[in-house]
Amino acid sequence: MSTYDEAIKKYDPVLGLETHVELSTNSKMFCGCSTEFGAEPNTQTCPTCLGLPGSLPVANAIGIESTIRIGLALNCSIAAYSRFARKNYFYPDMPKDFQTSQYDEPLCSNGYLDVLVDTEDGTKPFRVEIERVHLEEDTGKLTHAGGTTGRIHGADYSLVDYNRAGIPLVEIVTKPVPDTGEYAPLVAKAYVTELRDLLRGLNVSDVRMEEGSLRCDVNLSLTPKGSKTWGTRTETKNVNSLRSVERAIKSEIERQSLELDKGNIIKQETRHFQEDTGTTRSGRSKEVAEEYRYFPEPDLVPIAPDKAWIEKLKKDLPEQPSIRRTRLAKEWNFTDLEMRDVATLGGVDLIADTIAQGTSPASARKWWAGELSGHASKAGVELIDLKITPTDIARIDALVNDGKLTDKLARQVIEAVLNSEGNPDEVIKKRNLSVVSDDSALIPAIEEAIAANPDAAAKIREGKVQVVGVIVGAVMKTTGGSADAAKVRELVLKTLGQ
Amino acid sequence: MSRITREEVANLARLARLDLAESELDEYAQQLEIILESVAKVGEVSTKDVKPMSHATGLVNIFREDITKESLKREEILRSAPASEDDRFRVPRILDEE
Ligand SMILES: [Zn+2]
Repeated sequence: MSTYDEAIKKYDPVLGLETHVELSTNSKMFCGCSTEFGAEPNTQTCPTCLGLPGSLPVANAIGIESTIRIGLALNCSIAAYSRFARKNYFYPDMPKDFQTSQYDEPLCSNGYLDVLVDTEDGTKPFRVEIERVHLEEDTGKLTHAGGTTGRIHGADYSLVDYNRAGIPLVEIVTKPVPDTGEYAPLVAKAYVTELRDLLRGLNVSDVRMEEGSLRCDVNLSLTPKGSKTWGTRTETKNVNSLRSVERAIKSEIERQSLELDKGNIIKQETRHFQEDTGTTRSGRSKEVAEEYRYFPEPDLVPIAPDKAWIEKLKKDLPEQPSIRRTRLAKEWNFTDLEMRDVATLGGVDLIADTIAQGTSPASARKWWAGELSGHASKAGVELIDLKITPTDIARIDALVNDGKLTDKLARQVIEAVLNSEGNPDEVIKKRNLSVVSDDSALIPAIEEAIAANPDAAAKIREGKVQVVGVIVGAVMKTTGGSADAAKVRELVLKTLGQ
Repeated sequence: MSRITREEVANLARLARLDLAESELDEYAQQLEIILESVAKVGEVSTKDVKPMSHATGLVNIFREDITKESLKREEILRSAPASEDDRFRVPRILDEE
């Protein structure tokens, strides 16, 4: 029996997730600095986000609105009265020596998100309850210099870029999720996937895990079967892909169960997920409880959202991702399983956009979930991060349908587009990839193939049309896949008197 | 009002990154005691009908439009930093956190 199976037999995992989402506002949360990703270091700062004396913050209206919309979409209650608070700590990622956050009065609380997970007994729903959704600001980025590993240990000093400091950051905290048993890793992954789609649908964030606009911390504890008291939990940080969410929980279940089996206690601590090994490594111990000395932020006035405003925001919420998927699956004639695969790949919108440009649903799925998902997983990125657009795919698909590209050539075009060689038409021109479909160019190859397969040719002459594939295949081979298969078939049959 | 202990002063000093000598703990405990006693007088006011407040103005919902403004010039901000390198602020290494 595997370590994991052993662990699940003896212990019940209880998981919790803290997700940070960078909002895609134009300006930062409390000042007018741009939030654009990838700018030169320290070119997006001002007295307010640098915490210079005399500067005063003013809350970004869209930051507040987006947080409330996220709360509503997660079935939360919206506070009638909510305040910002200062979270005080000394660390150079915040120039102010405090982070503007929320403490006992978050904007949204008590919601839930339902997710579906494939179990041995078929697809099962799990409800993940949301404790709170609050608004805070992101921190600056540290680079550790000197030393050898680029990590903090052994570093001589650190360099700080404050472009990110002050970007609105929404923290979504779940309540502890019990009773998921062996499916704990899958429930966590399904939750983050669903949350990502929900946020994307709300158009409040880019939700790019590898760019850090969606970040996940995973809490986990084990309870011995039959016991009513939950075990000590650890918090694993740095879990920054959907796959890592699943792996981090699985490995933490295994690690904690082995410790408990040995009679050791689980230390309450922060751990770090290591992408390369798929395991967690001990970080800061939390034996001394952190004291952030929160107090209400005196420079920002309270938020008292108007009831009518909340009602309007609620009414204008987009269709929920799960409901939308059910509707689209029906419309596109996808099975539940096909739709779930597409959703896990983050491909629902890409496929919808491709279909909107005239591609059939089946073809759109074939390209994105069949062809491109392979490229994405090979590159270790998500579908949406590939350098190819729904417009490109719709164009390639149209060219295939018009007989201008074979599937094989289409794949070459896709690869070239992914390599930034240009759009499909530019690639076809540059690489001279057009399909050989005019008869004069095909006839010699067909005659050659008929001569090489006399038995098949004889059968076709007798009317056994089904063996035509042999000769078509031979033609496709000699033309290096650049021939239009349908055209070849037609010509072969014609040549052989059918 | 309970007396503030040496341990509490030591903890506060740690949180505020103040390096206090043993002898200073007693001195600051006494001084903080006086401050706390003075502030405690506020508690004598009857506030039964007064809502807790964090702001004197009574204002709520003061927001700004989500419009970008020009940021400071990098040379300008780095000039006022104690140390900089590679277009970034240079800070001493941090030992106990990651
Ligand atoms: Zn700023």
